[in-house]
Amino acid sequence: MAFHIIFAVYGIGLPLLMVIAEALWLKTEDRDYLDMARRWARATGVLFAIGAVSGTVIAFELGLLWPEFMKLAGPVIGMPFSMEGFAFFVEAIFLAVYLYAWDKVNPKAHWLSGIAVAISSVLSGIFVVDANSWMNSPRGLVLLDGTQSSVHPLLAMLNPFASTEIPHMVLAAYIAVGFSVAAIYAFSLLRTRAALGLARKAFVVSFAVAAWLSPVQLLSGDFSARAVGALQPEKLAAMESLFHTRSCAPEIIAGIPDVKTQTVRYGLPIPCGLSFLLKFNPNAVVEGLDAFAPPDRPNPLVVHLSFQLMLWCGFFFVFLAVWAVVVRLRRGALVSSRGLLAGTVAAGMLSLIAIEAGWFVTEVGRQPWVAYRLIRTAQAMTPATSVVMPSLVVFSLIYLFLAALVIWLLLGLASAAHPAQGEGTFGGHRDP
Amino acid sequence: MILEVAVAALVLASLTAYVVLGGADFGGGVWDALARGSDAGAQRSVIAKAMGPVWEANHVWLIFAIVATWTAFPAAFAAMFTHLAVPVTIALVGIVLRGSAFALREKAVEVGRPHAGLGHLFGAASIVTPVFLGAAVGALASGTAGRTPGASDAWLAPFPLTVGVLAVCLCALLAAVFLTLETREPLRERFRRRAFGAWGATAVAGAAGILTARQGAPLIFTGLTHGAGAGLVLAAVAAGAGALICLLARRYPLARVCVIAQVAFVLWAWAGAQYPYVVVPTLTIAQAAAPPVTITGFLVVALLGLAILIPSLWYLFRIFKSSEQNS
Repeated sequence: MAFHIIFAVYGIGLPLLMVIAEALWLKTEDRDYLDMARRWARATGVLFAIGAVSGTVIAFELGLLWPEFMKLAGPVIGMPFSMEGFAFFVEAIFLAVYLYAWDKVNPKAHWLSGIAVAISSVLSGIFVVDANSWMNSPRGLVLLDGTQSSVHPLLAMLNPFASTEIPHMVLAAYIAVGFSVAAIYAFSLLRTRAALGLARKAFVVSFAVAAWLSPVQLLSGDFSARAVGALQPEKLAAMESLFHTRSCAPEIIAGIPDVKTQTVRYGLPIPCGLSFLLKFNPNAVVEGLDAFAPPDRPNPLVVHLSFQLMLWCGFFFVFLAVWAVVVRLRRGALVSSRGLLAGTVAAGMLSLIAIEAGWFVTEVGRQPWVAYRLIRTAQAMTPATSVVMPSLVVFSLIYLFLAALVIWLLLGLASAAHPAQGEGTFGGHRDP
Repeated sequence: MILEVAVAALVLASLTAYVVLGGADFGGGVWDALARGSDAGAQRSVIAKAMGPVWEANHVWLIFAIVATWTAFPAAFAAMFTHLAVPVTIALVGIVLRGSAFALREKAVEVGRPHAGLGHLFGAASIVTPVFLGAAVGALASGTAGRTPGASDAWLAPFPLTVGVLAVCLCALLAAVFLTLETREPLRERFRRRAFGAWGATAVAGAAGILTARQGAPLIFTGLTHGAGAGLVLAAVAAGAGALICLLARRYPLARVCVIAQVAFVLWAWAGAQYPYVVVPTLTIAQAAAPPVTITGFLVVALLGLAILIPSLWYLFRIFKSSEQNS
């Protein structure tokens, strides 16, 4: 799963960059933009093809590892997956038009099919995240003695987390792709001063997408955190390492939570910060982990650290965006600031790390539930326990293999983009 | 009940598309593995060209069938994946290796690196995958998988393995006939001969399938020899005969229609013989079905999806057809 999310993120983000580049080509008739669009389209094509394989793997994996959960969840949450299937199909069709019909349709129609690819890929993402947000706030399903007694697929799709989790993930995808693509070009700009004009322009386009969206993401993250506070208080308590219920709860910066002593070491608490952020009232009471039975508590160590990691990555991206604005105000060209380029190279890696960290927050933070307060993870496993370990090993190997393949294929594209460079220079930024 | 059957029919339609389109891809891999003679390289490159742009996208049909089964028949979904874990996992590894080997080999050809190992991997995975997918279907139909929960070796019996062999033969037949339309003489004649070979192997495997079903899958055997199932078997035989005649007469476009019909009838004969069971002999369509609200919702989604999908497909074909006429 951790591999698939990175991969899915590129599937969502690259089509956006590709249509922006093509729009610039149509507007300016600068061939560099056309080149850029074609290059990003080819990368999208590679990812899409692997995506078909990876999607097949996921479909099988869910069935092989979680048959009991799937049996309960299928009728209520299968709907968005069916829609995702159609979105994927439409994406395939228009991607075929986009890749193989450059000279067969008029430029406007070609660009519009690129838009169709971008829209259907983001819809795919929305449907899948919708299913995940259902796991965080399951609605439309009542269980009696382990069987469904009332099922409302529409209620399930309109679950309360969807409105915050979906924008957060889509923005994350655009930002991560923007920064990691920009990082590749930034790296080559740092290495060769006389880099191609294409690299400069591609850097500006991809950086701009990520930089504009970063502050929006901060806002979206704030909404998300408040939704978690309202709907999954134990997850929030773990994220913030709040062991004890109290008023004027502190916001702890950094720090390592220690479950044994119920304290946070090396943290910097901002007094009443958490109460204020959540409820706009410094004296508001916030539930700590002690408000929940021990078996129902998520692991604060993993969740808190992942949350902090994601948060600080987010602040760093906003910092880069502000920096870029300052550079623009003072000197003009973004690519002339070596510091900004180096920061972008770092952001390329950090944006992917932030996504993984966010994934950990939502998944580990939901434990011990697979569907929050409805189905426990342990209940959802396959009864054929003998297949679990071999299956896990097989799936892990498959994902490692696919990851290596994607990196290798994209490396080929990246090095084709910079003929002066040797192969293997850009590996780090693609590594999930 | 009628709505549940409609969903089951959609699943079957999706599987049919997978078997015909995806099957031809697998078959291409089989012929890649079996390419011999002085023009083996030419054979391989024509196969790669025919598969090129759409490689792996055909799995979307299988994904759709799985998702639909999961949504609309959750109990059957859980049972299938629990009982058939072994063959399904092997098929999955095959799918991954096949797609990857194909992509890597294309890349290697582009830059002129040696790629024999990748070619072997691609060919081997193209054979293994349909065999195990077929064996999984066979195990499902045989009833052993449904009767003894937790048994992971239901596919290790004559009937399921025969179905696996039949599946790979059908793939090879489809691909050979499709390739006669993608090639000119003398390559075309080669693939015509291969089509005869595959045709013979398919006939033998099909007959063996029915024979082993008597012991290994009694319910299926009864279904195949009576009523609608028997009609579909006859239709498959007739379409097969038609394909043979067209190949003899070198009427390739018509031969393609016949083999597609043949493959579809074989699949439908299985479905007809198994009806109304989803998992033999424990779950029928009605027993495995999700609550009515889900079934209705799924059908609404499917119809809306098709309403977007069909015009898009039409647009795609129009673009590529008109450009073919121009060139």
